[in-house]
Amino acid sequence: MSSTTPQHEGKARSAARRSGRKKGPATAARGTPDRHPAPGHHLSLLRRMLAIRRFEERCVELYSGAKIRGFVHLYIGEEAVAVGVNQALREEDAVVSTYREHGHALARGVPADAVMAEMYGRATGCSRGRGGSMHLFDATHRFYGGNAIVAGGLPLAAGLALADRMRGSTRVTCCFFGDGAFAEGEFHETANLAALWRLPLLLVCENNLYAMGTSLAREHAQTNLAMRAASYGMPAWTVDGMDVLAVEAAALRAAESVRAGNGPHFLEAQTYRFRAHSMYDPDRYRAKSEIEEWKGRDPLKGLAELMRSEGQLDDRMMEELDMEVLAEIDQAVGRAEEAPLEPVADLLRFVTSETGSTA
Amino acid sequence: MSKRKAPSGTSRPTTYREALREGLREALLQDERVFLMGEDVGRYGGCFGVSLGLLEEFGPDRIRDTPLSESGFVGAGIGAALGGMRPVVEIMTVNFSLLALDQILNNAATLLHMSGGQLSVPVVIRMTTGAGRQLGAQHSHSLEGWYAHIPGIRVLAPATVDDARHMLAAALADPDPVLIFEHGSLYNAEGALDEAVDAVDLDTAAVRRAGTDVSVITYGGSLPKAMAAAETLAGEGISAEVVDLRALRPLDDATVMASVGRTHRAVIVDEAWRSGSLAAEISSRITEQAFYELDAPVQRVCSAEVPIPYARQLEEAALPQPATIVDAVRRTVS
Ligand SMILES: Cc1ncc(C[n+]2csc(CCOP(=O)(O)OP(=O)(O)O)c2C)c(N)n1
Repeated sequence: MSSTTPQHEGKARSAARRSGRKKGPATAARGTPDRHPAPGHHLSLLRRMLAIRRFEERCVELYSGAKIRGFVHLYIGEEAVAVGVNQALREEDAVVSTYREHGHALARGVPADAVMAEMYGRATGCSRGRGGSMHLFDATHRFYGGNAIVAGGLPLAAGLALADRMRGSTRVTCCFFGDGAFAEGEFHETANLAALWRLPLLLVCENNLYAMGTSLAREHAQTNLAMRAASYGMPAWTVDGMDVLAVEAAALRAAESVRAGNGPHFLEAQTYRFRAHSMYDPDRYRAKSEIEEWKGRDPLKGLAELMRSEGQLDDRMMEELDMEVLAEIDQAVGRAEEAPLEPVADLLRFVTSETGSTA
Repeated sequence: MSKRKAPSGTSRPTTYREALREGLREALLQDERVFLMGEDVGRYGGCFGVSLGLLEEFGPDRIRDTPLSESGFVGAGIGAALGGMRPVVEIMTVNFSLLALDQILNNAATLLHMSGGQLSVPVVIRMTTGAGRQLGAQHSHSLEGWYAHIPGIRVLAPATVDDARHMLAAALADPDPVLIFEHGSLYNAEGALDEAVDAVDLDTAAVRRAGTDVSVITYGGSLPKAMAAAETLAGEGISAEVVDLRALRPLDDATVMASVGRTHRAVIVDEAWRSGSLAAEISSRITEQAFYELDAPVQRVCSAEVPIPYARQLEEAALPQPATIVDAVRRTVS
C-alpha cells in the first residue's frame, strides 16, 4: 500500500480554509464506511461518543466547583476520532496518548470511575492520584498515558511497536498526537525510525487546527500534514475527523495494514475542539463564527441524524441513552467523592519499583 | 545482588573497553530480550569500539544501528522496555544525551510514579562522559551529576574493570531505569579483572585504598587520579583512604560517613564543575551527617568553571589532577 496522490477531501474544506489550511489534505481515506452494519453498531458508537461528551461536560462543572484542579484539556468536538480509531484496535494493542486524553482513555475502555477518581486525586484513580487529568494510565488496558510533553509519547510508541516487532507479535501500537506535535523533532525522529524499521505503529494526528492559540498556518510552513508524513515512506491518509464512520473505516484499513506487517501508517483526522485549549484559555485567537461553523458539524449530531434518517433512532431512544450515560457519570462522581485519598505517608512510593525485579 | 567477593588472587589483564564488551556479550547471551541500540553500535563497532564484533555474533536485530535521533531512539528504548524488552541504549556522549533529556527525565524517570506504580521502565542507558582527550567543550563535559539529581533513575559510574565487566548485568536486573556513565579516558585503561568476581552490587561505594588521615571521595575517571595522588601522599607520610562512589544515585552515605569517621577529613574529587555539583551534595551530606567527626573543612577538587578548552595545557589546568588533589589533601591535613 502506498499513499495516494494529492486530492481534495470535501467536508472539512470550507472551514479548514478559513482557518488557515493553505491547501486541502494530501490524501483522503476512502475506506468503505459500513453504512449498513450489524444492528446496534451505530448506537454503540453514539453511546461512546456521548459518554465522553457528558463526562467532560461534568468535568467543567466539577472544575468550576473546585472539585478537580490542575490543567484540564477537553476533547469536546473531537470524540469521533477516539471512538472511531478505537474500533480498529484490539484488546492486545497499545495506545499512547497526550494530555487531552480523557476521550482516548474512555474509548479504550479505562473505566469512567477510575478516570474520574484520578481527577479527584483519589487512591482509586487510575494513576493513584499521582497523574491527574494529564496523566491517565491503565496497564491492564495497555493505555500508556497521558503525556504532557508535546510529542513526548511518540518515541515511546515507536519503542512499544519495536518490542512487538522484535518478538514477531502482530499487535499494533496506536499513538495520538496533535498538529502542534507534528512540528516537534520527536515526531520526525519517530516517523523516520518507524518507517526505517517498519514498526507496527499507527500514528493518529488529531489536527484540530490549533496548537494552543497558534493556528496551523502559523505553525507549519507546509500545512499538508499527510503529504509530509508520506515523505517518510509510509502510507498517509487524511480523514474527516467529525465523521465517526469515516474515521472507523480509515482506521480499520490502516490498522489492518499495520497488523499485516506493512510498517507504520499515518492518519490525519481533521477535527476541531469546541472548547478552549484548557480551562485557563480565554480563547481569543478564534472567531466565534468559526467555532459555530464547526459546531454545525458536531460528530454526535451527524451520527444521530444519519441514524434518525435510517429509522435507527428517535427522541425517546436518545433520551434514554442520555439518561443511562448520565447515570454512569453520576455514579463515577459519587464513587470518586467517597473514595479514600491516597495517603500522604505513601508520598515516596513508586519512585523506584517495590518488587525485587520484573520478570 | 550478591556483594562483591573478596579478590581471589587470580586475575587477567583486561582493558575497560574489553570488560564492557564482555559484560554486553554475556547479557545478550543470557537473555534474548536484551538488545543494544544506538548510533554506530553495529557496523562501526561503537564509536569507542565497545560493541566491536557483536553485530557479527548477534545480528542487526539485536545490535541495532540507529539514525542520529537521540530523543527518538532513547524514547524507543524506553517504550521497548515498557513493552517487555530489556534494551541497552548507547548514547555516544553525555553531551548528546541532552537531546534525549526529555525522554530520560519526563518519561523514563517519571512513568512509574505518574502511573501510580503500574509502569516500570527497565531500560539501561550507557554513555561516555568526561574530558582529558582534547576534544573541546562539546565533547568533554561531565554532566552525570545532573542526572544524579533526578529521582526515579539509578546512576552508575564504573571506574574499574571489574565494575565495567559486571555492572551491566546488575543494571539489567533492576526493574527501573539505570544510566551508566563510562569515562572516555578509561576505555584504554588496563586493569586486572578478578576471575572470582561474578557480580557487583549497585548500592555500595567501595574503599579502593585504605587510609587513616583523609578520605578522598571520588568516582569514574577521577579514581585513577585519586589513587595516584594517594601514592604520592603515602611518600610524604600521609595515609589517604580512597572511596569510589560507584553509584551516584542513590548515594551510599554509609560508606562515605564510615570513612570520614575513620579519617576525620574529606576531600571530594569530581570532574564536574563545582557550582551545584555532586561534590556539593556530598560535602553537604558530610556536614549534615558527620559534622562532629570533622577535624578540618571539607575540600573539593573540581573542574575550573569554564567550558572545557581544547589546548592541552588549558584542558589539563581545567581538570582535577593528581597534583591538585595532593595540594587539597595537604591543605586539609596541615
Ligand atoms: C514540549 C512542550 N512544549 C510546549 C508545551 C505547552 N503546550 C501544551 S499543549 C500545547 C499545544 C499542542 O497542540 P497540539 O499538539 O496541536 O495538540 P492539541 O492541544 O491541539 O490537542 C502546547 C504548546 C508542552 N506541553 N510541551
